[in-house]
Amino acid sequence: MTDAAELRGRTQELLAAHPPATTDRLDFLKARFDAGLAWVHYPEGLGGLGAPRSLQAVVDAELEAAGAPDNDPRRIGIGLGMAAPTILGFGTEEQKRRFLRPLWVGEEVWCQLFSEPGAGSDLAALGTRAVRDDGGPSRSSEAESGGDWVVNGQKVWTSSAHVARWAILIARTDPDVPKHRGITYFICDMTDPGVEVRPLRQITGEAEFNEVFLTDVRIPDSHRLGEVGDGWRVAQTTLMNERVSIGGMRIPREGGMIGPVSKTWRERPELRTHDLHQRLLTLWVEAEVARLTGERLRQQLVAGQPGPEGSGLKLAFARLNQEISGLEVELLGEEGLLYEDWTMRRPELVDFTGRDAGYRYLRSKGNSIEGGTNEVLLNIVAERVLGLPAEPRTDKDVAWKDLAR
Amino acid sequence: MTAQRPQPDLLYSEEEEALRAAVRDLLTDHCDAADVIARVESDTPYDPELWKALADGMGLAGLLVPESSGGQGATHREVAVVLEELGRAVAPVPYLTSAVVATEALLAFPHSRLRSSGGTPMADDLLGELASGRRIGALAVALNVAPGAAYQLVRHENGALYGELTGIADAAVADVLLVPADDGGLYAVEADAVTVSPQVSLDLTRPVATVVLEGAAGRLLGDAEPAVRRGLRAGAGLLVSEQLGLADWCLTETVRYLKERKQFNRPVGGFQALKHRLAQLWLEVVNTRAAARGAADALATESTDADVAVALAQAYAAPVAVHAAEEAVQLHAGIGMTWEHPVHLYLKRAKADSIAYGTAGRHREALAELVDLPAP
Repeated sequence: MTDAAELRGRTQELLAAHPPATTDRLDFLKARFDAGLAWVHYPEGLGGLGAPRSLQAVVDAELEAAGAPDNDPRRIGIGLGMAAPTILGFGTEEQKRRFLRPLWVGEEVWCQLFSEPGAGSDLAALGTRAVRDDGGPSRSSEAESGGDWVVNGQKVWTSSAHVARWAILIARTDPDVPKHRGITYFICDMTDPGVEVRPLRQITGEAEFNEVFLTDVRIPDSHRLGEVGDGWRVAQTTLMNERVSIGGMRIPREGGMIGPVSKTWRERPELRTHDLHQRLLTLWVEAEVARLTGERLRQQLVAGQPGPEGSGLKLAFARLNQEISGLEVELLGEEGLLYEDWTMRRPELVDFTGRDAGYRYLRSKGNSIEGGTNEVLLNIVAERVLGLPAEPRTDKDVAWKDLAR
Repeated sequence: MTAQRPQPDLLYSEEEEALRAAVRDLLTDHCDAADVIARVESDTPYDPELWKALADGMGLAGLLVPESSGGQGATHREVAVVLEELGRAVAPVPYLTSAVVATEALLAFPHSRLRSSGGTPMADDLLGELASGRRIGALAVALNVAPGAAYQLVRHENGALYGELTGIADAAVADVLLVPADDGGLYAVEADAVTVSPQVSLDLTRPVATVVLEGAAGRLLGDAEPAVRRGLRAGAGLLVSEQLGLADWCLTETVRYLKERKQFNRPVGGFQALKHRLAQLWLEVVNTRAAARGAADALATESTDADVAVALAQAYAAPVAVHAAEEAVQLHAGIGMTWEHPVHLYLKRAKADSIAYGTAGRHREALAELVDLPAP
């Protein structure tokens, strides 16, 4: 069992062998990965040491103190938070060795090809087809591969698709069985000539997301993750990790969206009204209590007793972000009538800090939609936490091809 | 606002969980809902046997009192766990009023000075008596008064006390009242020296009473103001844990009932409109738990953030407890409107609790000062 002292020692060895001040950023990150200090809970040889996840904080603190570069996790969040745990859980040894290192160091950006225009909350209804091409000449050089798959369809809400090297993709491989059973999980090469990425402009005026059109995209069978037809189960790992990666940060009081509106309130007494005061105080209380709930969840995780509380945090923050930014626009009065810039742009990161209230008001509307709508998340809480029965369903035993659409 | 704030411990320790289990066992055996309903209309609305078991048997009345004064030397964190369980059972015992509010008020006095002030043995002896649970104390300040707010005083004239106080929670069962007077002093007054008249109260399990003093003798304990403020702050902060227990019972019981209850050939709990309401309530209970732990920990560690933690938690928890009880009534529907089903006890307690030690609005106003978000 690796303990904190040993990790500190290994971190100091890494820093001594590769002083951050004189080492190329990418070289340092590769050395860190090879030393097992990238994600200590991953296995040895894959960037980790098989240590408890909670000990990552020890390594991170030592590296931060030494001024070491990080892998810019916000730029590669989908790779780190979703692709990596799925590859680790279901990938072959060869896939793990090929993909995890460039993913972690940020050489290869990942995106996620899950949602479709016709498959949002009902993701399992997806219609993108993957058909095995047994006859044609395989472009894949891997001799052991079971032939290529040919993929056709349309995906949507894909952030980072325009900069991604790889995608995690789910597609329908068997339309003749009920929808959850006919899906297979793939790793898709985003440089394939059949992949077309188009920006999807959203209500903020910007395009964070893309539409991705897949036309005769060829995927070697060696890039399949998990068994044929088992893609839904594999995808559950991806989606579960998406929600886990939302919690876990220690946030200071007024660290969220309540911060800017509180600052404006303090600095600009001429804007204050009694009605706004009552609403601000109510939201301040709710934001601070939600922060405490997040902190309590963090303490539970550190103590090794994770609770179901995380399911609720996304719901809470979505509503708070929306209500607080809405209040802020109103508080600003005449300035609230303005907007910073409607020009179509493609931001690298989604970051609320430093953006004006109008942008935050519009962008936070997505918080109750992305990563599971509020309505779906409430169902999940009701069924998985409270144990209430599911609604009667008509889609579970019907072949996908016979579903209404 | 930039100073490093102490990080509260928001979890339950193993000892706290063991304490919870012991209290819950006791309440399961001795505080049956049907008995509570029958008792509230009897001559003894309080449950002396349950009080004896909690105080004498388990030593819980003395948790906040140092061992040197005859208590257990525990903290607000353990008291909070006891209150969660008492809230869950709407137990008709004067725990919050005697073992928390009156006890905290007495703890405001430096014990040695009182001892040497001559004459009657006072705060220390009283503390020991309340800690043992052999005697029950009540702070004679109306239940609705928030920490720091104004409260009624009695006249102090020629060594005797005169006046009428209303809205005093659990006065009917108290042996000794802590009475603030117009000379700035807090006096210990024996209950048999005054006239206590129970008022018909919204909350059947924590009724209020009027106290009339007609030349009652009182023993001066010291300055009233800091003692009252301290008692009420602890009351407000720990009431949150009672509200948490109450809300948690309402949620758990409603979920259980809706899994059983069938209409339209289905369990009612399978309808999405109801599932979403219960999931929403669960979120509120989860938040209340974090707020309650935060307040209890801040009081236990005498944190510089305690005033904020208490006001925050009370501003959040009071509406949640009311919401939980109101949802429990609505979702139980017909049976929830009956006297026979205990949910009405929870609604009455929750609504009275939302007034006790200051409404949510009062606590938000306090926060406006504390965190520098001033009114226009």
